[in-house]
Amino acid sequence: MEKISKGTWVEIEQVILTPEQRASTLPEDTKKTPYMMRISGFLTMDANMGDEVEVKSIIGRSHIGKLITVNPSYSHSFGKTVPELLTIGTEAEHDR
Amino acid sequence: MTAKDMSYAAVIARKNEIMKASMGIDYSDFVQSPIAFDYERMMRETGYSMDDIIQIQSEVKVGNTPLFELRNLTEAVRRISPKGKGALILVKDEAANASGSFKARRAALSAYEAKKKGFKGMVAATSGNYGVAVASQAVQRGLKAIIVQEVYDSRWVGQPEIIEKSRACEAYGAEVIKLTVGPELFYMQLRTLEETGFFNASLYTPFGIRGIETLGFEVAQQVRARYGKDPDAVCITHAGGGNLTGTARGLLVAGCKDTKIVACSVDLSGLHMASDHDFNRKSFTTGHTGFGVPFASWPDRVDVPRNAARSLRYMDEYHLVSQGEVFYMTELLTKLEGLERGPAGNTSLTAAVTLARQMDQDQIIVVQETEYTGAGKHHNSQLSFARENGIEVRRGDPKENIPGKTIVLPEHLDQVWGKAQDIDKLRRSYLTNASHVLPVDKWTESDIEFLAADIKKDAAWVKANLPE
Repeated sequence: MEKISKGTWVEIEQVILTPEQRASTLPEDTKKTPYMMRISGFLTMDANMGDEVEVKSIIGRSHIGKLITVNPSYSHSFGKTVPELLTIGTEAEHDR
Repeated sequence: MTAKDMSYAAVIARKNEIMKASMGIDYSDFVQSPIAFDYERMMRETGYSMDDIIQIQSEVKVGNTPLFELRNLTEAVRRISPKGKGALILVKDEAANASGSFKARRAALSAYEAKKKGFKGMVAATSGNYGVAVASQAVQRGLKAIIVQEVYDSRWVGQPEIIEKSRACEAYGAEVIKLTVGPELFYMQLRTLEETGFFNASLYTPFGIRGIETLGFEVAQQVRARYGKDPDAVCITHAGGGNLTGTARGLLVAGCKDTKIVACSVDLSGLHMASDHDFNRKSFTTGHTGFGVPFASWPDRVDVPRNAARSLRYMDEYHLVSQGEVFYMTELLTKLEGLERGPAGNTSLTAAVTLARQMDQDQIIVVQETEYTGAGKHHNSQLSFARENGIEVRRGDPKENIPGKTIVLPEHLDQVWGKAQDIDKLRRSYLTNASHVLPVDKWTESDIEFLAADIKKDAAWVKANLPE
């Protein structure tokens, strides 16, 4: 596997609190899960995917975590067309 | 240097010292009893006049937003109303602020204050537009910003609206800490404040609320200039209470004493706010009852010792609307008025339709915000995401909406009714919460006066409605 170079923009993941360490007032389903964080930054050393690494965030703060993504991106969208929306407003048009 | 204990309990226990260092406000100055505090003095001692705030906001592309007549919608409402009914509906296009929402007003004053006090950056814990506003304001004042966000469920699936907020915060150069579901968001906020020594740009500081006063003030001035009278009602989307509190205070500063203040939230009753399972079954991330009801009935449940957002102090009516009704109105705003705006900001628009139908044609109702829309935030994104998460989406009678199960888009404007909440019940619930802080038999006359002012009633009403 090719090493990921120092300076690459990556995303890391860290367990903030294990289920046992979490707040006491959680609903049952949430209680079973660890409290997790993801954050993006520039790698401070060459590393492999899955390694424990350090990154410097965009404002220069240091964070430690497991390397999970190279060049993290956004792909959220407008979703699949919801046909039920299409006719709204055009119906009001007919009422005039 | 010994390492500090970073366990959940230890960090929460350091709350007061962290808060004091990160805000430069000593709340103990204002506290009068476990319940009462000098609210007006706390607001006054921010040290800013209305003119100061207007000036500060104008430096950073905030405020003076347009107020539009929604003529086609008003006409459509008149067609379904009794003769002579159908108030003129106006909307304040808050999407025109830098960062695309009214939240810029709150962030602008916090950023100015942070800079003035010599902080190097700001921290805010929010998944909403406020994070984007803090990021946008910080960059203009040469400050760093860290936004602590609840983004994902345990499958790493994020609500598209929140993903968009993450993106926007990063676009403005903020560090975004993306977390899974849980109230430990507050723990992370404290940890981050402690690590950085940054300013706590909480939504609930006096700065966060005073910044919104310009919104109410502008509404008063714009309506008066154009129509020669005060607005009859102002509809305000209600979650944590800041939007309502700040707007109502601004209207009062302008002298609009008879303007009715109407709160409106999306009804999400039955969904648990801290549930991993329910997290992605909400099609609204704010403006809903999961915040609106608890924050109205006890404001001091926030990340600051005393909340400057106190909605019952100013609220005259409280309407609930369904998710389907708001999505319907969002589409109608686009199609009838040529204005494509985000759905959450249209919560109060939905209540305005109901109110307008019952008001006379010569009356004026103001919807005091819009917000930007786009990928993730758009109502089509929300409905498409809901469908992918097993939620039924259909046209029909919005009364059949079941939060987390079914979203019913009305078939006709005539079906947009929402439902009015019993505000006295909320007031009594507030008094019950106060009795948990201090037992009723320990309430002094001045406590009772504070409580009365805090729910817009008099001392006699409080005494007649004492909790069991």
